[in-house]
Amino acid sequence: MKRGNAPLLIFILILFGFSLWVILPGNGIFGRDDFKLGLDLSGGSHLVYSIDLTKKDPAQTDADVIEGVKNKIERRVNAYGVTEPIVQTIRNERGSFVLVQLPGVKDIDEAIKLIGQTAELDFREMELDASGRLVFDETGKPKFTAVAKAKGSDGQERELTGKYLKPNAQVVLEPQTNKPEVAFEWNEEGAILFEQITQRNLQKPLGIYLDGEPISWPTVQSVIKERGVITGLNLEEARTLAIQLNSGSLDVPLTVVERRDIGATLGEDSLRKSLMAGIIGSAMVVLFMIAYYRFSGFVACLALVVFVALNLAIFKLIPVVLTLPGIAGFIVSIGMGVDGNVLVAERLKEELRRGRTLGAAVEESFRQSWSAIFDANVTVFIACAVLYWLGNTFGNFLVIGFATTLFIGTALSMFTQVVVTRTFLRTFVGLGVARRPGAYGVLKQ
Amino acid sequence: MIDLVGKRNWFFLISAIVIIPGIISLAVFGLKLGVDFSSGTAMTLHFDKEIELSTLRQEFTSLGYDRAVVQPAGEGDFFVRLPEISAEENTKLKEGLETELDTKIEVSSLYSVSPIVARGTVSNTIIAVVVASVGILLYISWAFRKMPNPFRWGTCAVIALVHDLVVVIAVFSILGWAAGVEIDALFVTGVLAVVGVSVNNIVVVFDRIRENLKRGVSRDFEVIVNYGITESMGRSLNTGLATLFVIVALFLLGGTTTYNLVLALLIGIATGIYSSLCIAGQLLVVWEKGLASRQKAVSSPA
Repeated sequence: MKRGNAPLLIFILILFGFSLWVILPGNGIFGRDDFKLGLDLSGGSHLVYSIDLTKKDPAQTDADVIEGVKNKIERRVNAYGVTEPIVQTIRNERGSFVLVQLPGVKDIDEAIKLIGQTAELDFREMELDASGRLVFDETGKPKFTAVAKAKGSDGQERELTGKYLKPNAQVVLEPQTNKPEVAFEWNEEGAILFEQITQRNLQKPLGIYLDGEPISWPTVQSVIKERGVITGLNLEEARTLAIQLNSGSLDVPLTVVERRDIGATLGEDSLRKSLMAGIIGSAMVVLFMIAYYRFSGFVACLALVVFVALNLAIFKLIPVVLTLPGIAGFIVSIGMGVDGNVLVAERLKEELRRGRTLGAAVEESFRQSWSAIFDANVTVFIACAVLYWLGNTFGNFLVIGFATTLFIGTALSMFTQVVVTRTFLRTFVGLGVARRPGAYGVLKQ
Repeated sequence: MIDLVGKRNWFFLISAIVIIPGIISLAVFGLKLGVDFSSGTAMTLHFDKEIELSTLRQEFTSLGYDRAVVQPAGEGDFFVRLPEISAEENTKLKEGLETELDTKIEVSSLYSVSPIVARGTVSNTIIAVVVASVGILLYISWAFRKMPNPFRWGTCAVIALVHDLVVVIAVFSILGWAAGVEIDALFVTGVLAVVGVSVNNIVVVFDRIRENLKRGVSRDFEVIVNYGITESMGRSLNTGLATLFVIVALFLLGGTTTYNLVLALLIGIATGIYSSLCIAGQLLVVWEKGLASRQKAVSSPA
């Protein structure tokens, strides 16, 4: 055995053992039990909202508005009960966007409404006919005269809006009718305004509006200060409204510009199919390598096993979010990983044919292959970097997934090709295993 | 030894036979753009009971979506393409279909892109391919800096690379009008992966030529290049084969989601093996010879 080879071999085996331990499910290493699966594998929805910054209050900076939108969306999504949502902001030359990923959400259309509504609550004084009844327009909505205003604590007239609410709105069932209502509470300033408004509108309907749309128009029964209820909703709507009121209104309107939903069954199905493909493909590669390159093929396959284990361990440790294209990228990198071994094995054959001793041939084959392996892999890195950049500007997690796993796989394959395969070959040569050139696919001449 | 360089004109002809119809198809039919590039909504619907394609088509029309494209997607699923629809419209459409057809619908996938996003995708993709090519050109020129005319190596590699890309895109154009295959963001991913994989092949061959040049195997550049190519042949074919095993398995078993990515890789890798053995090195020879004969022409009158 070559000097210095034994420590390297031990290092590789320890690394391999550690990787296996990381991959094994159920040990909860570093708090992780499973691989992180992307939405396309676990099911869920990927949404990109465009933020309309032209509608912002000029006093606010763009960055503040975007940050505020992100925070409020996070609160809404969390209150909706989504596990492990992702909310990110993207700014590029096309504008500002919020990317929201909702794993495992059933009613996605409902969730989209919840997230995207600005949720600006206000009260309006209604238009009444001579007999004191509401006047409706042709679309069936009641007509209003003005947004309800009152004098604030400083004597200034101002509109009563959702910003005076305390963040503790909740859905309650009205005891008599068993209909859902949203109970809310004003802060000090809001109570001052609400008192005047209810006073002014006693025994008259008061319109409750969300984003300019009437929700209900209950008749004011008494003068109210702190508390109120919003009626005329179904349970789902009440829940959504309560979440929106508590998270506060969005400062600017959002529109969905991209949406990708993947059903859970489809995701599971894809995962199973591509794993199957990976296993069958790899098995064929192993058979081929051993059949063609004999002993060096066998060693290459051992190195491939180490490569796959290290790769999966890294996926779990970083963690890399595994998407379907990500798995494809990993499988392509297996091809790349085999490539280095093929280069070495071919060289080894040549060197043996030239009549070198086995030990010298092994060293020479690695020395000769290195420049090709290095240059070839660097070009793959260039392609990966461009893909990653492209994925980021799109906000396309699928493209990012592919670039990430291909990059990691290629980098690791360089390591396994050069360090792991060489160490294994040196060890076997040192132990005197497989001495005949025929074991490397070299025919007697 | 096989003379792969001497037959270069045949190889160029073969490539031309594939590429020229492809370019014509691109010019006439273009590529069939998926929602990523053209905006709109694409969804796969799964019904609880069997539904006739014609019934479903009729239903979409009567619900006011007369521009809907409805295709069967196997196992009783249907693939539907619509202009972009909002969440509210989507709910209404789903409920409408459920009542009209009296069945439960599961939307197993939905993808919706508005024009603002789709517009940027095309330009970003072109920029990405150009940036990747320039990066590779620069890197190869640097990696071969000790060779005479390093820029020539980079250029020949990029031409061979573009050759592979054109073949992939051409095949997708033909599949687009022949089989309705649309291109999406994953197709772009596939194309860029082909850039990586195929340049990988070219570099390995170039590396071997470089080595033979250093060793001074022959005084004739053409012979040196041919040596390099034939010596790399075993490796190129075997690596290609090993990669294709996995890709074919993914193609046959991997399901519809990555279909475009895997198909692009399949075509690109096969073409990449061909171009690394039959095009890239040969281009180096053509360039060298072309310059040599021009120099001769300049010096001969004297």
